[in-house]
Amino acid sequence: MNALPFTLYVSFAGAVLALAAGARSAQAARIVALGTALTTFALALWAATDFVPAAGLQTLVNAEWIPQLGVRYHLAADGISMTLVVLTGLAAVVGVLFSWNIEHRTGEFFALYLALIGGVFGVFLSADGFVLFVFYEIAIVPKYFLIANWGSTNREYGAMKLVLYSFAGSALVMAGMIWAWAAAGGGNFGLAELAAAAGGFSRLEQLGMFALLFTGFAVLAGMFPFHTWAPTGHVAAPTAASMLLAGVVMKLGAYGCLRVAMVTFPAGLEYFAPVIAWLAIIGIVYAGLVALVQEDFKFVIGYSSVSHMGFVLLGLAAANPVAVSGAVLQMFSHGVIAGLLFAVVGRMVYERTHTRKLDDLRSMPLHRLLPFAAVAFVIAGLASMGMPGFSGFPAELTILIGTWKTSPLWALVAATGVLIAAAFTLRAIQVSFFGKTDGWAGPLGPPSSERPEAARPAVVPSPHAHDLTPITWPEKAGAILLIAAMVYVGLNPDSLLDWIRPALESPLMRAALTGGAS
Amino acid sequence: MTLSYAELFRALLPETALVLGALVVLGFDLATGRARTGAQRLRVATGLGLAALLAAAYGTLAAGVGGSVFGGVLILDNLTLATRLGVVVLAGLTLAMLPGVARLRHPAEYVAIVLLATSGFTLMAAAQQLLVIFLAIELASLSLYILAGFDKSKPESAEAGLKYFLFGGMSAAFLLFGFSLLYGMTGAIDLPHIAMQISLLGMSPLLVIALAMIITAFGFKAAAAPFHLWAPDVYQGAPVSASALIASASKLAGLVVFTRLLWPGLGFSAGRVMEWPIVVGWLPLVAVLALASMLLGNIGALAQSNVRRLLAYSAIAHAGALLLGVLAAGRAGPGPVFYYAATYGLATVGAFGVVAIVDRAGRCQDLGDLAGLFRRSPFLAGVLAIFVLSLAGIPPLAGFFGKFAVFASVLKAGSLNGPAGWLTFAAIALSAVALYYYLLILKQALVAKPAEGATPIATPLPAFLALLVSALLIVLLGLFPAPVLELFS
Repeated sequence: MNALPFTLYVSFAGAVLALAAGARSAQAARIVALGTALTTFALALWAATDFVPAAGLQTLVNAEWIPQLGVRYHLAADGISMTLVVLTGLAAVVGVLFSWNIEHRTGEFFALYLALIGGVFGVFLSADGFVLFVFYEIAIVPKYFLIANWGSTNREYGAMKLVLYSFAGSALVMAGMIWAWAAAGGGNFGLAELAAAAGGFSRLEQLGMFALLFTGFAVLAGMFPFHTWAPTGHVAAPTAASMLLAGVVMKLGAYGCLRVAMVTFPAGLEYFAPVIAWLAIIGIVYAGLVALVQEDFKFVIGYSSVSHMGFVLLGLAAANPVAVSGAVLQMFSHGVIAGLLFAVVGRMVYERTHTRKLDDLRSMPLHRLLPFAAVAFVIAGLASMGMPGFSGFPAELTILIGTWKTSPLWALVAATGVLIAAAFTLRAIQVSFFGKTDGWAGPLGPPSSERPEAARPAVVPSPHAHDLTPITWPEKAGAILLIAAMVYVGLNPDSLLDWIRPALESPLMRAALTGGAS
Repeated sequence: MTLSYAELFRALLPETALVLGALVVLGFDLATGRARTGAQRLRVATGLGLAALLAAAYGTLAAGVGGSVFGGVLILDNLTLATRLGVVVLAGLTLAMLPGVARLRHPAEYVAIVLLATSGFTLMAAAQQLLVIFLAIELASLSLYILAGFDKSKPESAEAGLKYFLFGGMSAAFLLFGFSLLYGMTGAIDLPHIAMQISLLGMSPLLVIALAMIITAFGFKAAAAPFHLWAPDVYQGAPVSASALIASASKLAGLVVFTRLLWPGLGFSAGRVMEWPIVVGWLPLVAVLALASMLLGNIGALAQSNVRRLLAYSAIAHAGALLLGVLAAGRAGPGPVFYYAATYGLATVGAFGVVAIVDRAGRCQDLGDLAGLFRRSPFLAGVLAIFVLSLAGIPPLAGFFGKFAVFASVLKAGSLNGPAGWLTFAAIALSAVALYYYLLILKQALVAKPAEGATPIATPLPAFLALLVSALLIVLLGLFPAPVLELFS
């Protein structure tokens, strides 16, 4: 347990070291980054071994920081934080592995990457509103530079849009947070203290503060209609950044919704739950349908992330312990699955074929050329569709069961999203990896002996398919780690649910999660 | 009332050190300058100037904290102490960025005038009587007019100097008119007596006119909309270090002197904006200026393609946020607004320092002139990122905490029960807009490729140290803001 705060210290220290190492050589920066990420992951796992699930946050550090505003450097964890910290550690390691081929300004890339990771760890471990907000904003700015510098399609636009959306969301959070703090007397930023004081606010204040905080965090969670940054941002981002964005950064938003907005203002949650639920359902269905017609492989995955995050928000809005435990499980599950999907699309396929157009991919038999990528994508796709045996299945099932308890109608409509997910995932698998093989001329075009001048227009060698290098070891290691995680949690969801459920038993959580129980 | 000249001398130690320092700089240059090159003369003058600033800092500490001095002409409290140290540090950083960077035909004169301006700032920090306030402001302003127009080789510099002088002179007239009305009504020129008289007299139309005059003058000094028109042209045309001084130390001292004038002096005529209904006084006027500045500054900055003009509009936007801090200073004390102004000054001095060094290596007017800075000088790109992100209010940098503390102090004073709370919400929303134009600067510096034929940029050692110190201070004050706030609690 006490190792948890070191995850964030190690990340920030690693960021500085990577910058210094990058000035010497790219390889040094990579090794520093991998070492840092492995250390944080090991620290998270080590902390998990002696973590005793209990109701309520268990304090890790609690020191005075800015007494004039009542800010304490208070870090704490419960089962929810623990789950997400382990996810972040895993995503950090895998992200480094999938960025192994970054040659351009490597040190700076990993410095920004590790600073982002440090901010994410910090958010998941904060028990003080101010501290949480500081880490939340620290996690925003690196994204701009990661995407604008190392991204691809329309990267400067995607980066700016993503950062401005995130920052607008965080401005709402800041307004809500300061307002609540001031209304509580301006003496304490602790989340528990704010929640305790919130009962005394007028109803209008509670609703207003909840709306500001929830909307602000939900922007980052990709809630419809504030989701439009997500597909463009994911598509523009370099592989590791889109893995992190979908894998952990969107979870920051959902986590903030739960930990700050819902727990502090149960009255607001009760009032707005139907609105949130329907927005979540629209997100699930709409983003799924949009994913179905995308022509860019990465956009399919980008919209699928929005759709899957809709399940998280739906689980939160259902506001009962079953649905919320499912939502947290889905955060973990989607973090792992989206990570693998983006890794296959962005790194294994795009950086070899230099195209993400499904039409172009259709004409290359990638399942023969990149069998490992095909297998990994099929597994990730099955997991994403909710195939039993993978983590997506228990997560979405738990959410739907929990949601049914609150409102069967919500559950029924949302369940169509599962079908749509199956449709767009199968389409992506079929078109990208198992496209037609006849007429394709091999990676170098047809051999010259079989190439009569007259036949040339009929068989055009793909201009992109000339450097299909084999899958490298870091890619294989990263993919295997992610697959192992999704299978382990899929077969043994209680490994995480045993952490999550007790966390929902704390008095604050109980007060918030009454939906459907009555 | 006993008047002790020894006490007065002790209280004025920093000003004495600075004025003597200015004379030494001039004298030394006169005696030895003929035999030296311009660069050597600048180095010597800067060295002497820094020594004078060090002596002023020592004098500030020696004067200490001791309440009213010389029958209430000056006041030595924690705010005075902190502000004097703040302006000395900011002026020192500005000076240290001169050698090897600025092209000056009369280096010793430039440094001497910077010292004289600084003595004006330190006097503003301590002034507690209308005449001394006016004198201190004019001493500082006249020095700054000269600095703005110092570069005689460029017509833009002359334009900047003239514009700044005309606007500043006008604002001085407004200020003097306001002061004379105050004196006419209260029969006093020291702030404690004025406060007492106003509490007895209550609000009157004449007082409203006096307040409007004073706030107008304040608006000119702080570059608050709608009195901001001089700022973009001056920032663009003046020598970079003069712009830096105008934006940083001058702003800090001005804000402190006006906070002192408005709250302890005219607090009884403040009116009300923290709760509904609004009551007439200077608070509503300041609130209007704050809103106008934040709107105009942030939206105006979006359209800028010139770095210096962009920084000018950013300064206007920050002036709006600072005025919010002035509103809250009545209940929250001057801590948040001082912290904001001081750390804003550090970031601005740093940003202008980088602009000056890039300018020296070629040209630094358009945003595109910063392109590829990360290749041309990784150090400059790195510190520029710290300064600009601090201006944008990104944690853990000091600019974030300043913004947060000011907003928190306003909401704590009135929550959403009055216009001030809604003004704060507007400020928070506009800070999200601001990130866009700050990222435009960083996009050029950190993302864009260098232009054809762009050469690496060398940073002279003194400027390197000054930039490093500014960046470190921004990070450290951002991580540990408590000691600064503790001064005022």
